[in-house]
Amino acid sequence: MKDWAKWALDTATARGAAYADVRVLDARYRNLSTKNGKVGSVSESESLGLGVRVLAEGAWGFAATDQLTREQIDSTAARAVSIARASARVKKKDIALAPEQKITAVWATPIEKDPFGVSLDDMLKLLFRADEEMRGVPGVTLAEASMSFTRLEQLFVSTLGSQIHQTKVYSGAGLVATSFAENEIQKRSYPNSFGGQHASAGYELVERLELVENARRVGEEAVALHKAAKCPEGKRTILLESAQLGLQIHESIGHPIELDRVLGMEANFAGMSFLTLDQLGKLRYGSEIVNVVADARLEHGPGLGTFGYDDEGVPAQCTDIIKDGRFVGYLSSRETAPALGLARSGGTMRAESWNRIPLIRMTNVSLLPGTWKLADLLADTDDGIYFETNRSWSIDDRRYHFQFGTEIAWEIKGGKKARMIKNPSYSGITTEFWNSCDAICDRRHWTLWGTPNCGKGQPMQTMGTGHGAAPARFRNVLVGVAYAQ
Amino acid sequence: MLNEARAREIFEVVRQAGAADETEVLLETHQSALTRFANNTIHQNVAEEGIHVSVRAVVDGRTARATTNKTDLESLRRVAEQAVASARWQPKDPELLPMPGPQPYKRVERFDDATAALTPEARAAAVEKVVARAEKSGLIAAGIFSSTSAAGALLNSCGLYAEHRETKAEFSVTFLDGGSGWAKGNFTRASELNIEELAARACEKALANREPKEIPPGRYTVILEPAAVLDLVGFLFYDFAGTAVLDKRSCFTNQVGKKVFGENITITDDVFHGGQAGAPWDGEGVPRQAVTLVERGVLKNLVYARHTAKKMNAEPTGHGFPLPNEYGEAPMNLVFTGGTTSLEEMVRTTERGVLVTRLWYIREVDPYEKILTGMTRDGTYLVEGGTVRQAARNLRFNQSLKEMLNQVELLGPAVRAAGEESFEMVVPPMRVRDFHFTEVTKY
Repeated sequence: MKDWAKWALDTATARGAAYADVRVLDARYRNLSTKNGKVGSVSESESLGLGVRVLAEGAWGFAATDQLTREQIDSTAARAVSIARASARVKKKDIALAPEQKITAVWATPIEKDPFGVSLDDMLKLLFRADEEMRGVPGVTLAEASMSFTRLEQLFVSTLGSQIHQTKVYSGAGLVATSFAENEIQKRSYPNSFGGQHASAGYELVERLELVENARRVGEEAVALHKAAKCPEGKRTILLESAQLGLQIHESIGHPIELDRVLGMEANFAGMSFLTLDQLGKLRYGSEIVNVVADARLEHGPGLGTFGYDDEGVPAQCTDIIKDGRFVGYLSSRETAPALGLARSGGTMRAESWNRIPLIRMTNVSLLPGTWKLADLLADTDDGIYFETNRSWSIDDRRYHFQFGTEIAWEIKGGKKARMIKNPSYSGITTEFWNSCDAICDRRHWTLWGTPNCGKGQPMQTMGTGHGAAPARFRNVLVGVAYAQ
Repeated sequence: MLNEARAREIFEVVRQAGAADETEVLLETHQSALTRFANNTIHQNVAEEGIHVSVRAVVDGRTARATTNKTDLESLRRVAEQAVASARWQPKDPELLPMPGPQPYKRVERFDDATAALTPEARAAAVEKVVARAEKSGLIAAGIFSSTSAAGALLNSCGLYAEHRETKAEFSVTFLDGGSGWAKGNFTRASELNIEELAARACEKALANREPKEIPPGRYTVILEPAAVLDLVGFLFYDFAGTAVLDKRSCFTNQVGKKVFGENITITDDVFHGGQAGAPWDGEGVPRQAVTLVERGVLKNLVYARHTAKKMNAEPTGHGFPLPNEYGEAPMNLVFTGGTTSLEEMVRTTERGVLVTRLWYIREVDPYEKILTGMTRDGTYLVEGGTVRQAARNLRFNQSLKEMLNQVELLGPAVRAAGEESFEMVVPPMRVRDFHFTEVTKY
C-alpha cells in the first residue's frame, strides 16, 4: 500500500498539485440473510483501489482506479491534476484549507471477535433459529433475518507528510417479521429497522443482541398490529424510544449542521439547511435540557461514526452542537472550517470507498442523556403516545418540516402503557419540536444506534452514522397526519 | 473496456479454480466522471474506473456468490474458491434450478463513443455557460454534468454468454435566489442532453419562484411534471415482482387480473423502448421480454425470475436479479402510455390547482395502500383561472399511489424522465384530482 500511495503522491506533486492526498483502501464485506426458513443470500466481496485528491490552480480534482500498476497509478494521479485544472476554469477564488498537522498513526476498531473468523455455518444457524421462532407465530407471513460485516483497511497519505493506517470493522444484525392479513401489511423489526443494530464492533455485537430471544415477540407484535387501535389525529404528548429518536436526531439535527450543505455545496441534490451561519450561537434549537454532540472519539462508544482520523487526516474530535438548547456548532471540514473562522477542521470528512471523495458526514451525533428513569417518565405521563421503531421518514430539503411513521406505538394513559396503536405517525417543524422536549431518560436507557444507510453526494455515497439517544418526551406534537383523509 | 476474449479468459480461470458443479461469472467494467458545481463554481470534479468479477458457484444443490475487483490469477482463483466454500456451508436448496444454457438476445445499441470520450474540459465548458446564465440573471447555479461508460458480460458453465455495453450522460441544475428552480436530463448520448434548454427551464422556474406564498394544505388538483410522476410511480417497481406477491408484501397481493388503476393507465416493462437503458438480459442471463403489466387499469401480468416463474406456474420474463437474492425480480424499464395533452394545456384548463416540478424525500408510509409521503421542491406554483398565478411554499403530501392512479384526469406525451428517487423511465406529465397535501413547510 505504501508504494502505491507514494507513487500517486509523487506524480501528483510532479504534475503541479499544490496539495494532494491519497487513500488506498482494501475493503471486505460479508452479507447473509435468511427468509422463511431458507437462505436468502450469502455473499462475500472485496474491493481494493486507490483514490487521489488534489488541489491544483486553486481547484479540486479527484481520480480513482483499481488497476494498481505503476503505470496506471501514475496515470490516475496525473488525471486528478488534469481534472483540477479543468475545475479551475469555473472558480471564484482559490480553495484554502484550514491548517492541519502532519500525523503518523495506526488505529484500529477494538473488537473482541473477528466476524470474518466466524464460520458461515454458525452465522446461518443463528439466523435460522431466529427465523424459526418468528415463523412459529401463526399469522407471520414473512420472516427475515440478516447479518452484515465490513472490514476497511486504509492507508491515508498526504503532501503534509501524514501517513495514517486505519482498520475499521463494522458489524450488524437484525430481524423482521411481516404479517399480511385482510389487505393490510404490518411488520416488526428487532432491534431496529434498517437491518437491526450496527456498530463499530466485531461479532460480539451479534452475540449480545439476543436475536433468538426476541424473535417470537417480534412476530407476535406484527400479527397483533392488525387488531390494534388506529393512531388518533391531533396534538399529543409523545414519547420516542431511543432508536426512533436516533433517526429523529439524524434527520433534524445531523443533516442541517453539515457545513457543506449550509454553504450551498449540496444544493442540487441533498439540499441546503435552515441553519444559516447567522444562527450560530443565537438560535434556540431546543429546550434547555437538549444537549447534542458530534463525537467521533472512541470514548463516545462504538458507533458507525467512530474512528481515529477522518479521510482528510484530521483526528477524531468531539464538537458541541447544541448546548443547553442553544445551537453552537457545525460539522466542518478543512475546506469549510475557514467560513466559520475556525482554526481547524472538525474532522468529519469520510468517503464511502476508494473511488469516492470524502464529504462532510455525521460522526456520532448524539443527544446526551437526561435524568429520568423510563418508568418514572411513563408514570409522569397522563395521556400520551409512545412511538417505537421507524417505518417511514421524510424531511424537506432545508430540514424544517419532517414526518416520521413507526412500526408500532403504545397509548400511555394515567402513567401506564395501555393499548397498542397501529400505523402511528407524527410530524412537525424541527426547532418547534426540539423546543417541546421536556424530559430525557438517563444513561441507563441510552443506546448508541447505528444508521448504516445515510445517502449524500453526487455520485451518491452511502455512509454509516451513529446516534446515541435515550427515550425522551415531547409536548404538543401533531400525530396521525399520514393517514388523515 | 471489457471484450469477449478477456471475459472468456477470466471465466476459464474461475471455472477451473472453483471446480464447482456449475459456475457463473458476472463481469462489469466502468469508467465514469462527474463535474459538480455550486455557488457558480466547480467545487467537486471526479473520475473513476473499476471492474467487478462476481462468481456464483453451485455445489450439490447449494449456491453462493463471491465478488472481487482484483483480476490477477491468484485473486481470481481465490474468489472462485470462496464462492464454493460459501456454498458448501449452506443447507441444500431443493428449489435451485440448473443454470440456463445459451440464450438468443435481441440486440440493443446503447453505446456512444463521443459520450465515453467526454473530457473534463468539455464538461467545464458546459458548466461555464450555465454559470454565465445564472450570473446574468442574478442567480446561483448548482448541479452536475456526468458521463459513464460501462460494459458487462455474463458467462456460465452451461455455455451461456451474454454481453452489453452502454453509455450515459446526465445533466442536472438548480438555480437559486430565495426560491429555486430545477431541471434534469439523462440519456445514452451526451448529444441528446440539451443543456441550454435545461438551464433555461431551471432559470425560468427559479425566477418565477421568488417570494412563495403559503397555501393551506388540503386536496388539490395537481399538475405533475414528468420528474414528479417518475419519482412517485417508481415506488411500484417491486410490487410488480412475482416474488413480492408470493411474499405477500406487494400492494398487488390478491390483485392480479383485477382493475387496480383508472382506464387511462397502461404500463409496460420494455427494455427495448427507445427511451430506456440497460441490458437485454437479466441476472441469470435470461432474455428480457416486454411485459404488459397494467392494461387500461387492469393488472394483467407480473414479472418473474426463473425460480419464481416455476413456483407460480408462469414463464420467466427475464427480470431476475443475480442469484442468490431475497427479492427475486423487478421491472426496471417501466413505460407508461402517455396522452396528448401538453403541460401548458393542462395549466390552461385548470381552474385551481398546484403545478409541481419535482418531489423530494419520498418514503412509503403504508405498503399495501401504497401511501407515500414526501415534499414538493424547486418550483411549486398555484394555478388559478388557467394560469400560473403564484409561487407556493413547499407542501408535504401523504397520498395513496393506488388512489392517485385512479384519479388521473389528463396525460401528456410520455418522455424519458429523470428524478432523484427512481431510475429513469418513460412517463408522461399528469393532471390528478384530489391529491392530498397534508402540511406546509416554511419556504
